[in-house]
Amino acid sequence: MENFSPISVLVRNEPGVLSRVSGLFARRGFNIYSLAVGETDDPKVSRISVVVAGEAPIIDQVVKQLRRLVSVIMVSDLTGRPRVERGLLLMKVNAPHDKRGELMQLAQIFRARVDHVDNQSLILEVTGNREKLEAFIDILRPHGIQEMARTGQIAMARSQGPMADYWNDVAAGYDPDQDGTYNISRAAERLAQEIEEQD
Amino acid sequence: MNTPAKPQDPKAAFTGSDAVVACLKHQGVEVIFGMTGGAIMPLYDAIFRDGSIQHVIVGHEQGAAHMAEGYARATGKVGVVMTTSGPGATNLVTGLADAFMDSTPMVAITGQVTSNLLGNDAFQEADMRGITMPITKHNYQISSVDELPEVLAEAFFVALSGRPGPVLIDLPKDVMTAPCDHLLAAPSAPSGYQPHYRGNPLQIGRALKVLAQAKQPVILAGGGVITAGAHEELRELAQVTGIPVANTLMGLGSFPADNDLFLGMPGMHGTGYANLALHHADVILCVGTRLVDRVTGKLDSFAPKAQFIHIDVDASEIGKNLPCLVPIVGDARSVLADLARGAAEWATKPDISEWLSQIEAWKNCYPMVYADKPPAIAPQAVVELLGRILPQETIVVTGVGQHQMYTAQFYPFKEPRTFITSGGLGTMGYGLPAAVGAKIGAPDKEVVLIDGDGSFLMTIQELATAVRYKVGLVVLILNNNFLGMVRQWQEMFLDKRQAETDLQPPPYARVAQAFGGMGRQVMTVDELEPAIAWARQQAAEKHLPVVLDVAVEREALVLPMVPPGGANADFIPCPGQKREE
Repeated sequence: MENFSPISVLVRNEPGVLSRVSGLFARRGFNIYSLAVGETDDPKVSRISVVVAGEAPIIDQVVKQLRRLVSVIMVSDLTGRPRVERGLLLMKVNAPHDKRGELMQLAQIFRARVDHVDNQSLILEVTGNREKLEAFIDILRPHGIQEMARTGQIAMARSQGPMADYWNDVAAGYDPDQDGTYNISRAAERLAQEIEEQD
Repeated sequence: MNTPAKPQDPKAAFTGSDAVVACLKHQGVEVIFGMTGGAIMPLYDAIFRDGSIQHVIVGHEQGAAHMAEGYARATGKVGVVMTTSGPGATNLVTGLADAFMDSTPMVAITGQVTSNLLGNDAFQEADMRGITMPITKHNYQISSVDELPEVLAEAFFVALSGRPGPVLIDLPKDVMTAPCDHLLAAPSAPSGYQPHYRGNPLQIGRALKVLAQAKQPVILAGGGVITAGAHEELRELAQVTGIPVANTLMGLGSFPADNDLFLGMPGMHGTGYANLALHHADVILCVGTRLVDRVTGKLDSFAPKAQFIHIDVDASEIGKNLPCLVPIVGDARSVLADLARGAAEWATKPDISEWLSQIEAWKNCYPMVYADKPPAIAPQAVVELLGRILPQETIVVTGVGQHQMYTAQFYPFKEPRTFITSGGLGTMGYGLPAAVGAKIGAPDKEVVLIDGDGSFLMTIQELATAVRYKVGLVVLILNNNFLGMVRQWQEMFLDKRQAETDLQPPPYARVAQAFGGMGRQVMTVDELEPAIAWARQQAAEKHLPVVLDVAVEREALVLPMVPPGGANADFIPCPGQKREE
């Protein structure tokens, strides 16, 4: 089971909208692992990518509470869904002459870029999903991390294939489709199947 | 009342304020509750010049918010509030939070300092968007006149649609005075905000299947039933299925109290039989209720055998506190109608007669009774008496405390929108302004406020508003010279240490007279009924607030009671009853 859920929230690009979303998390005691905000291709719409720590019932509440906000256009829970997930990490690590080679090797394994080098340290830049970045930190930690900065994780579902449809409908039919209407027919079919299987 | 003046100069520019007034009229706003001040003056001026919207000046902005709530609860329309910036706006906070908790539709318009001073700690500046973010359904700060028509249309739509709630519009003064030449925008749904009304037919099918197989079913109906206007559908469903109905505090009035299937209110001060029925139920159909802690008691031990069907227009309420077998997101009226229609087609009606006779036995075992200690007047007896003599369409309003629970327990509500009370937030001082707002919204109905001596003092200044606007209402104070509910907890859980609960309230009857209303003190049981008849007559004829200050038994207790954090089934029963399983 995954304890971190990437949730993608499309919001109106208006003043105070980040505060609405982050305030909701604080107020209801949801734990944010990471958060990233940026405009989408439509300047009227921003995407907030948030990774939430919690079990399924918590994530269910997170999604439902987000949907209550009038500024929120759409919420997708990408948990367990095929996706591309990326965050960016900058790390300044101790790099005396005798360790530099080893560090460069490690950097290569993680496809990290070397952004800066001097006699005492290296600045490494690496992108990847949460697991990769955590692994990178673990491996580099013994060398002595001087400074570190990370962006929030951003994520995107891999396709509009059958899985994507499934996850769009899974919330028992009240998940808005992209055109803003409610498509309950697919969810209804699935529920019908479910009931038959139960009986 | 205002005498509207014609615009001095007919060529005077149409400003942002005029646009707001035009939008309010377009929304059908008839009355606004509020208080003027520096940053809202241009809007008041525009309303005054226009002259077609009634304005009610209040004693304190909190009163305006509660009046708007009372108005909205009585009429089902959006209550509108208007105040100035800074303290005028922050004084609305309690009312907004109250409306948010009880899903009451409200639009609050607050003045704000001019845009160039925003964020500058200017005189009477307060960040209302930030302050009210967690206690409004949505809020706005306007930055240009261009936004006004769309924002106002959206604000009213958001306030009233789906699960209703308060919406705040913060309006900088320069926007009010800026020239504006725009026409009204058509009301448009904001993208993404799409209240969901029809229940999923397959979920309804599942619910019917579960109900048909239930041996010990109960319907738990909350305030959402009243908001949705679903009381007829609820009655229909209960009648078709024969399933007994419990009402939460906010749901009272949605099901007639004299119906055999009625269980009363469950929870902390609920009836023993409602709590026992829920405890032993195998299926509970929840509709329009949040399943709040006051209803469920200790969650782990609430309805341990039950499977839940939960209907709510707000998906986030389903599964929030308890796992749910059949979630149905939708409007209570539409879903209950679908369920009743489905149940009417059952080939054989499920036999739950054994369950109903069990409930009957509980009703006989734990009837609602109270301690009567003559010559003192039992507060419950006053409520019972009102229940006998008031017509059933009377709107009963309460404050918060013991008197509120006595009313919920002993007043036989039969119609929706006849009980107006502060449920979720539990706001002492809610009663008087809410009653004034209710009477202004429903002038043809009799309004009776049952209040406590502590609650009443908190917003007593609104007596002036009631006198000024000729609001005829009966205020009946169950006066025990205590903050009674807290004193009850002190007696039961704090070794009777009465920390700061002994009140010395002013002589309310004389206070009412000084405000220009009427008042009478009632000290004995014999005086009570004539005094009520007198007060009703005076209120109706003189259109004034009439206060009856009734001295009641000081140390009466609200029973039954589930100790806080306890299991509902372990309630402390009414006097003279023994709890046995």
